[in-house]
Amino acid sequence: MTFYYKNVYLTETATITGPYEKNGPLRKYFDKTYNDLYMGEKSFEKAEIKLVRDSLVMIMKKSGINKKEVDLVIGGDLLNQITASTYGSYGVGEGFIGIYGACSSSVLGMIIAANFIESKFINNAICLVSSHNMTSEKQFRYPTEYGAPRPNTATFTATGAACSYLTNEEDDIRIESATLGRIIDYEQKDPNDMGRAMAPAVIDTLLRHFKDTNRSPEDYDLILTGDLGIYGKEIVKDYLQRQYKLDLNNYNDCGVMLYDLKEQKEVRAGGSGPVCSALVTYSYIFDELKKKKIKRVLLLATGALFSPIMLYQKENINSICHAISLEVV
Amino acid sequence: MKNTKYEKIADKHKAPETRIYNAFIAFLSGGVIGTLGEVIIEILGTFDISRTDATPIMITIFIFIASLSTALGFFDTLVTKFKCGLLIPITGFAHAMTSSSLDYKNEGPIYGIGSNMFKLAGSVIIYGIVSAWLFGTIRYLIGGM
Repeated sequence: MTFYYKNVYLTETATITGPYEKNGPLRKYFDKTYNDLYMGEKSFEKAEIKLVRDSLVMIMKKSGINKKEVDLVIGGDLLNQITASTYGSYGVGEGFIGIYGACSSSVLGMIIAANFIESKFINNAICLVSSHNMTSEKQFRYPTEYGAPRPNTATFTATGAACSYLTNEEDDIRIESATLGRIIDYEQKDPNDMGRAMAPAVIDTLLRHFKDTNRSPEDYDLILTGDLGIYGKEIVKDYLQRQYKLDLNNYNDCGVMLYDLKEQKEVRAGGSGPVCSALVTYSYIFDELKKKKIKRVLLLATGALFSPIMLYQKENINSICHAISLEVV
Repeated sequence: MKNTKYEKIADKHKAPETRIYNAFIAFLSGGVIGTLGEVIIEILGTFDISRTDATPIMITIFIFIASLSTALGFFDTLVTKFKCGLLIPITGFAHAMTSSSLDYKNEGPIYGIGSNMFKLAGSVIIYGIVSAWLFGTIRYLIGGM
């Protein structure tokens, strides 16, 4: 399912990060960084809420609007009952939608907002996503201080919050089209190899996007996936080459770009989490688009749909991938 | 139905793992902890403490050191360096309990620490007791009292 937009613009972004992202290669593109994972709060959950608040304040400041002028806030994160988004967004906007698409939430939120704006129900929207390394460790894996050894295919949840401001007022970067993903089940079981679990969703959405739009990889200056990590990235490239004779030469993965994989060994295969794709796109990629260094980007945010409970009940890790195309006007 | 073509291609892009190296490091670090335990028992022996009495003291010392280093936040870094050699002995058990408690300290003593302390260690205790009972029974049936 592909939508086309004529009147939706990405005008501003805001990115707030934790210490690991600050030490990564994209440091200078972030709006604000913290040196400590607590961000001055008493718990990691509250720290994530603070990140969300910070990013909302930052985006309103950067786009020169107040909280009453925001028509809609769409937010998603990894916590149970998406509490980082709901507590963090309190008081902002005339309406709020909480979404869960795991790490695909960033693009999912933008697609929902773009559809609202295109259909003229609203004039503007803020899409926000957040994740915190420690809260998601606690949620999905072991206690935060446990430090259980992880295999090299494991990815590292990024810490931060990121917002994008979408409007119907003409600007430099517009949202051109979007392809909604569907749930894919390739019978994957290993929560320590998310790249392998989510790569099939990327392949599915990417092929459907090319089919619907009659495009090929060359129509984009850059194709970006959300958080597959180095191994998942190679799987996508290799599979498309062998099965469909598609060469992805202009392809990269946000999880690989967010950290310096050689220096920051603790991230293993790369970054993950809803904020991972948003931190890279809303900072570095947004900057490149603004400077017109790249003209058209296809962003494919990937999410693994599962919970520890379903894994213990022997269910598979399903995945989903939503794609959005950003274009310089 | 598994997509065999996908599995084949994905298998080519597996991360290299250093399992043998990890096992060797764990063997060494676990061995060092065992030796340290012996050293503590020997030292206690010089104070006229019998081996039977010295063992629980040695274990308590290890539990204290492990829990303290978890609380001070460097046990997880040590685990990354010395692998499972630190997690299998009693130090790992103490670490599992302390790290679980720390994780839930903000939810209060009852709903937080109390109900989550045994999140990881609970299984060890339960199946430890069950297997002790099982092997004790076998031992009784074969060898008598």
